Amino acid sequence: MGNYLLRRLLIALPSLLGISVVLFTVLALAPGDPFSEMVQNPNVPPEVAANLRKQFGLDDPVWQRYFRWLFAMLQGDWGFSFISRIDVDKLILGRVPVTLAVIGASQILALLIALPVGVISAARPYSWFDRIASTFALIGFSLPTFFTGLLLILVFSIKLDWLPFVFRADISATGWEWWRQNILQAIMPVTVLGLLQGASWTRYVRSAVLDVIRLDYVTTARSKGLKERAVILKHVVRNALIPVVTLVALTMPLVFGGAIITEQIFRIPGIGSLLIDAILRNDTPVIMAVTFVFACLVILFNLIADLLYGWLDPRISYR
Amino acid sequence: MAGSIPASAIASVVATAALPRRSVSPWAEAWRRFRRHRLAVIGLVVLCIMVLMVAFGPMLWKLSINDIDFSARLNTPSWAHPFGTDDLGQDIFARMLYGGRISLAVGVAAMLMAMLVGVTIGAIAGISRGAVDAALMWLTDLFLSLPQLPLLLILIYLFRDSLKQAFGPEVGVFILIVLVIGGFRWMPVARLVRAQFFSLREKEFVEAARALGASVPRQVYRHILPNSLGPVIVAGTIDVAAAIIAESTLSFLGLGFPPDIPTWGRILFDSKEYLDIAPHWAMFPGTAIFLAVLCINFVGDGLRDALDPRRVL
Amino acid sequence: MQENDLRGMLEEVRACRLARRTFIERMAGLGVGVAMTSAMLAGAGLARAQPAAPYKPTRRGGGGALKLLFWQGPTLLNPHFATGAKDLDGAHLFYESLGRYDADANLVPVLAAEIPSRDNGGIAADGRSTTWKLKKGVKWHDGRPFTADDVIFNWTYATDPATAAVSLANYEGIKAVTKIDAETVRFEFSKPTPIWARTATVQLIPKHLFEAFAGARSRDAPANLKPVGTGPYRFVDFKPGDLVRGEINTSYHAPNRPHFDSVELKGGGDATSAARAVLQTGEYDFGWNLQVEDEVLKRMEASGKGRAVAYASGNVEIIQLNMADPASEADGERPNPKSRHPILSDRAVRDALALLLDRKSVQEFIYGRAGVVTPNFLNNPARFNSPNIKDEFSVDKANAALDAGGWKRGADGVREKDGRKLKLLFQTSINSVRQKVQGIYKQSCAKAGIELELKGVTAAVFFSSDVANPDTYGRFLADLQMYAVAGRLPDPDSFMQWLVSWQASSKANKWLGLNRGRWASDEYDAAYRASEFELDPVKRAALMIRMNDLVCNDHAVIPIVYRPTVHGLARNLVAPVSGWDDSLNGIADWYRESA
Repeated sequence: MGNYLLRRLLIALPSLLGISVVLFTVLALAPGDPFSEMVQNPNVPPEVAANLRKQFGLDDPVWQRYFRWLFAMLQGDWGFSFISRIDVDKLILGRVPVTLAVIGASQILALLIALPVGVISAARPYSWFDRIASTFALIGFSLPTFFTGLLLILVFSIKLDWLPFVFRADISATGWEWWRQNILQAIMPVTVLGLLQGASWTRYVRSAVLDVIRLDYVTTARSKGLKERAVILKHVVRNALIPVVTLVALTMPLVFGGAIITEQIFRIPGIGSLLIDAILRNDTPVIMAVTFVFACLVILFNLIADLLYGWLDPRISYR
Repeated sequence: MAGSIPASAIASVVATAALPRRSVSPWAEAWRRFRRHRLAVIGLVVLCIMVLMVAFGPMLWKLSINDIDFSARLNTPSWAHPFGTDDLGQDIFARMLYGGRISLAVGVAAMLMAMLVGVTIGAIAGISRGAVDAALMWLTDLFLSLPQLPLLLILIYLFRDSLKQAFGPEVGVFILIVLVIGGFRWMPVARLVRAQFFSLREKEFVEAARALGASVPRQVYRHILPNSLGPVIVAGTIDVAAAIIAESTLSFLGLGFPPDIPTWGRILFDSKEYLDIAPHWAMFPGTAIFLAVLCINFVGDGLRDALDPRRVL
Repeated sequence: MQENDLRGMLEEVRACRLARRTFIERMAGLGVGVAMTSAMLAGAGLARAQPAAPYKPTRRGGGGALKLLFWQGPTLLNPHFATGAKDLDGAHLFYESLGRYDADANLVPVLAAEIPSRDNGGIAADGRSTTWKLKKGVKWHDGRPFTADDVIFNWTYATDPATAAVSLANYEGIKAVTKIDAETVRFEFSKPTPIWARTATVQLIPKHLFEAFAGARSRDAPANLKPVGTGPYRFVDFKPGDLVRGEINTSYHAPNRPHFDSVELKGGGDATSAARAVLQTGEYDFGWNLQVEDEVLKRMEASGKGRAVAYASGNVEIIQLNMADPASEADGERPNPKSRHPILSDRAVRDALALLLDRKSVQEFIYGRAGVVTPNFLNNPARFNSPNIKDEFSVDKANAALDAGGWKRGADGVREKDGRKLKLLFQTSINSVRQKVQGIYKQSCAKAGIELELKGVTAAVFFSSDVANPDTYGRFLADLQMYAVAGRLPDPDSFMQWLVSWQASSKANKWLGLNRGRWASDEYDAAYRASEFELDPVKRAALMIRMNDLVCNDHAVIPIVYRPTVHGLARNLVAPVSGWDDSLNGIADWYRESA
């Protein structure tokens, strides 16, 4: 296991580099020039735009720009945003707390829903509980977030006036009031995302537990006289968790830049909205920085998932 | 299993002597088991009905999809307009029939593409080790980290015109959208299949097959793959819904079908601001998408039970 | 429209037979911009010094928090680099300009003591210079005094090519800016200039904080992100792309202002949810530019928490026809601006397209309050109407015109001529209102045998000046496109002034040329040249209206509706927004009526 870990870490670095090369090339090929926005004014002489491009090194060949970016990144300089005129790391770090709080909370909510509901559904397949839970799950992922978000806003903000729906990242109250206001405004976006995620995860958990619950060793455990609860928790769940772990590892990185539509609906200043703004305005340093962090997270979480397989199912060997 | 053990040795001799030998292919066996799964059959039937309706409906239902009629705006369902009208007076039923072709086709095609690519890559990665696995996982990680929107923009700018010329405007856009949506959804399937393979290839029945001299492809095809289909089928149902909705997101960004093509996701999107005034407008596309997903889900359940070698129905 | 007609109208305004606002709106409908209209009124002695509505609060502060919701949060706070309403309005919380246009298109002084005119000697007789007297006692937020040096500095800062300031266009034609004394500045023009007020609305930045960062270093100035201005609010916090916050400036130079203790400007989301936030939940006090169907707005107003108000502004929604052939290519330039469109150069087709626009339905069912069928065609006395421009919607006449033009219907109902089918690509930005107008137009055209293929481009891409992007409105690789022509920018003189042949959008000017349809007419070019030197604003306006008529007569541009801007206001918020200037230029005068 230790060897495997070491090997994977060693491979991770060049694979990350490889991914960054592809990302950089993709962005370089994308149509769009960040300075054409700035130089919208036809009165600005073309030499000025040309000067700016030279200043930011946009005219150099791709591989040269890539290495410049790479060395800067290794030294901790993430670049300077063309559009916002501030350092990229400040821009991103400013948005991390909100993103982690809201999107992270929604993933946790999804997990808290999916595991119990999925397991109970599978333990009693085709019972009333299972049918109702499955139907809700299917509704959950058949409806797009713009729809469920709007529905919640209509019910809770407009009809009932219980919750605010425009997210404010800078609440000026202190102490309990700060917590209360933050939680109130976070309830709806967390619910929208959590339900969507939870709906699909419930189905996966149910399917995985169903696969395991019919196996012989479960029958053995039951016939040994173990309580049903112990059978499920100790024998079934652990073995059924492999697909679940895969999925959670796949969706964790999405916290960092995936919930674009929800962020838009509730006006959450998270990294998703930063990314889409940067993309629409060709702000390449920001796009590159965010996608690079995203790639790191993807590799990291997939590595964790691979390691967890071994712990969950000791028969899986690493050679 | 109780069902496969005869009650007594004599009974089996008599039984086997009396009945002629009939060899049944595994697929026929699977179909027979599928047929006994009531919900799956219902799902299949409803799905077929939906497909027939959207395929032939527009020819039979005479109202046009974009007949603007300001005197009949936001009408609730009536005989003239079974699903009501939208805010320009267009008939929602006609629009759903027309758009259903595209939505269902995109949903199913994108799902199939994602499944095919995902299962292939996942299986190869799962059964091999070392370099091949590492390389394929690197590819998967790469696709996972690619920012979808810039890539979409590039692909669409680069290929839109050439595809339009080669296949005609509608089919060209369709192919592009299916490739784009399916191309971004195969990765979870690949990882799920690979994970299943990891745990299954150590099991005894695989070892037994190996001991009997089964080649690797045969092990995969006959032994491991059928058992690993559980998460794949779940992914399939989720992918259909996600594909239908992704298509509407694309058109929201101007990258998909033209704005006047009433795909189900598009109708849902257009209707969202009138939810409190005219809920019928949103109800029908939402229900249609949900129904399609429900049917595919039941069919998937039936498939899984039918192909499961451990079940005896 | 002759010059005499214009003078007649001005007389009617003076005699109070014609409302001042109606005059301004009519001029806008005829294509004349606000600066020109204001100059005409001022020239006739009709400038009004007092604002129309009085400012009620009797002390500074006490109004609580003012919360504004825009489409996007500002990304930077230096007005010289502002590339859109969000940045300009964000800057208006902290910075001010010499003067601004109020809702009546009056130029009122802000940082100036008075507006220059012939009478007070502010405008030189030969039209070559204007002298501005600055208001006394104005201080920057950090306590330093505002002087003529700051005004001069803004000119050098903006006109330095290395700064690449976007505000450069406002200083066009200025030869020098000289200091007469600490509170007087003179702008000297290189040519006698009838429109001298372009510099009035440039927001001014402090010299003492920016002079170290002029030219190539302008992007590094810390004051770019922590603005220090003369405005009613002081800077508190800025999160680029998300929100800006300010607090009351207790030493503001106007008495009893501002009313609010703090201000917050947030961006993001879509127009409909912004409308809900203001009109239904009351979370925000002001929602900017609610481009939502009027019927949805009316539903939201029913809750009584807010109201949607339409402000007259000079925006006209138009359909522009591409006179060049989008499929043509010359020297790697696609489209070739000199080519002519094979279908749209046929007069019969253009006439038909103009007849197929059902303006009344568009206005009634889609725009509602936010659209007024252009007064060019409605309610004007007969002598103001140009002979060929009619507000007519007639499918029969369109069919007749096409039949007469030799376009025969094919088997599928689409007309064709010389083997060419009458199929056109119609693009616009993604916006539910615009998509609906597209749908209506497509249907009427189908009745006349014209097939329209609809295309929607996301707004950020459509309106961008991206050279490589084929979907921008500058590149115009379609046959028809629809968008709103702003009444103020880039040139406040006239809407259609930019249709001269040398402004044709081409590769040479990076597709930024303002004549996006690449229309060319010698008569038009000649009229433009004549208007450049005409000092008398009324004569000039007459020339511009004639130019406008030339374009519309030729149906190179089909005006749809004239679009006042609709903002959402909380129930007791009094916000004298002017549609002729930035929305927040004048935020010092906003207040909340008590109960």
